[in-house]
Amino acid sequence: MTTLSNSLRNGPDDRGFFGIYGGRFVAETLMPLILELEKAYEDARVDPSFKAELAALSTHYAGRPSALYYAERLTEFCREKSGGKFGAEIWFKREELNHTGSHKINNCLGQILLARRMGKTRIIAETGAGQHGVASATVSARFGLPCMVYMGAVDVERQKPNVFRMKLLGAEVTPVTSGAGTLKDAMNEALRDWVTNVENTYYLIGTAAGPHPYPAMVRDFQSVIGTETKEQFFAQKGRLPDAVVACIGGGSNAIGMFHPFLDDASVQICGVEAGGHGIDVENGHAASMTGGRPGVLHGNRTYLLQDDDGQILEGHSISAGLDYPGVGPEHSWLRDTGRVSYVPATDKEALDAFQICSKLEGIIPALEPSHALAQVLKMAPTMDRDKSIVVCLSGRGDKDVFSVAGYLGETM
Amino acid sequence: MTETRISRRFADCAAQGRPALVTFVMAGDPDLDTSLAIARALAAAGADVIELGMPFSDPMADGPAIQAAGQRALKGGQTMAKTLDLVRRFRESDTTTPIVLMGYYNPIYVRGSEHFVAEAKTAGVDGLIIVDLPPEADDELCLPALAAGLNFIRLATPTTDDKRLPAVLANTSGFVYYVSITGITGSAVPDAAKVAGAVGRIKRHTDLPVAVGFGVRDAMTAREIGRNADGVVVGSALVAAIAASLDADGRATAKTVSAVGDLVTDLASGVRAARAAAE
Repeated sequence: MTTLSNSLRNGPDDRGFFGIYGGRFVAETLMPLILELEKAYEDARVDPSFKAELAALSTHYAGRPSALYYAERLTEFCREKSGGKFGAEIWFKREELNHTGSHKINNCLGQILLARRMGKTRIIAETGAGQHGVASATVSARFGLPCMVYMGAVDVERQKPNVFRMKLLGAEVTPVTSGAGTLKDAMNEALRDWVTNVENTYYLIGTAAGPHPYPAMVRDFQSVIGTETKEQFFAQKGRLPDAVVACIGGGSNAIGMFHPFLDDASVQICGVEAGGHGIDVENGHAASMTGGRPGVLHGNRTYLLQDDDGQILEGHSISAGLDYPGVGPEHSWLRDTGRVSYVPATDKEALDAFQICSKLEGIIPALEPSHALAQVLKMAPTMDRDKSIVVCLSGRGDKDVFSVAGYLGETM
Repeated sequence: MTETRISRRFADCAAQGRPALVTFVMAGDPDLDTSLAIARALAAAGADVIELGMPFSDPMADGPAIQAAGQRALKGGQTMAKTLDLVRRFRESDTTTPIVLMGYYNPIYVRGSEHFVAEAKTAGVDGLIIVDLPPEADDELCLPALAAGLNFIRLATPTTDDKRLPAVLANTSGFVYYVSITGITGSAVPDAAKVAGAVGRIKRHTDLPVAVGFGVRDAMTAREIGRNADGVVVGSALVAAIAASLDADGRATAKTVSAVGDLVTDLASGVRAARAAAE
């Protein structure tokens, strides 16, 4: 550690804090289990047999490493926009090629092995877009554990294909009607289940948020994204990329992409939040770091969308995976330190990027990474041609085709 | 520990040979004025301690009844300032019944802990129960609250084992709130024998009174649980009685205050019979 005293990669501290963010703000019923989980994870992460089993599953079950792909036509498109003078190379880290179609499997494989190690016999999970729900249902099927997925009733409606997928995988999906019926309400309900069934149940949180050790643990399992990116880019170009970009809901694909690059000062790092109808529209976006302020929710202190009285707002995004009023605590810390810049992309910008990527690259991205692509479409034309941006294509867009059709006024 | 309204009230009940009746309602449910009338009715009907919920949009440890109460209060325009005002107005006519504010940390955090505990003390609040602040986070609010002369009442649960109990009890004051089940508010009826064992276990670690809650809904369970506890907490049942008394638009009716008062009268008879039944 002595040589890395200036590293941005040492967090969290032993109480689970990144600066003032993070921590363990949970009911006493859960506290002993959270401490047990922390210990189990500390043991597992240094256990060669745990690492070997996770590596084997990542290779043979999830299909890692995921490809790093040069998006040539998208690059040309941006160069034309700049009049040919500028235009960085655009590269995709293809997390959408993973089994289950998103980066979520990386975290789920790690946590299901931990659940088994802890002797837990029942899995619960929350989901927004359904990608984490599908990944949780998948690994639960693979390891023969019953799985209950909490999903906001509104999201159940707008993500029907994923709901049916989870059912096919043997999971039970409980629509949550409290609150606005979206991701935060699903998380509340999962926490209520956990408090009730704490003895036998493992809560498989899908993003790098929640009480310590979840933010650090999920980050570690997702860091394979950035680690592979670094190696693959080096193999192709013999250097580091100049920028990495990822979308942020809770921020698990982003922290997985960013973390291995934090100490590489030459790499510009950019997180893209859901700008919804626009940051100036009250409760019309889900950009907690751009339009919120610090608070405590779901076990951690972090930037939150909230009113002056500390009541949490629902937020809005075209993407069910991004409309969460909070964000992982490490992102909040990285924002305050200035190492990572966080910017919003609106619903419309994401929808445009979704279509451009589909038509130019033959890849239908999920609406979540379409926000990151929207930012890349703004950045690339301003950067020199010898620069390179890697964007995390965190999920595929099959699940979104129905809702996109709706937004575009098409009937299917 | 210096004497407080809470310690005096538990001592009075003990002197009468009975457990204290601790009642929970949500501040501002269904509206501010009715809520004040309910608080007064609770005291008049025999509630020994009043817990007032501070409504929060995301009550992660609460069951459907208390979730709905919080939503009604927020819809009615309840804010932290109004909750503190409610306590101030209650204190104008009642200077002895302890008031404990119960809820979640965020609405306090955004106000500033130091500022909030000063406001609460001035308003006449006696103690705080904050669900999502375990002892590991004592520097956030517990220590400022104790410094301001407020009691900080901690929840102990079936998962709080003997190894952890001392940490949970270390900065606890006023009383210990034993959550009788692993679960959310208003769920299963607790097993009286198990609860008695747990209360005995906690009392081996502390001289503070131990009140038992979660799942107590009528005079009979209050009597059962009260045999071995220093206090019995009733919340969801009262909140449900309020809900049942409202009109179709969720507004208070002529029955709202009396519905709560009647239930508390019944519960008060339950706690008064607790020790008699044991002997």
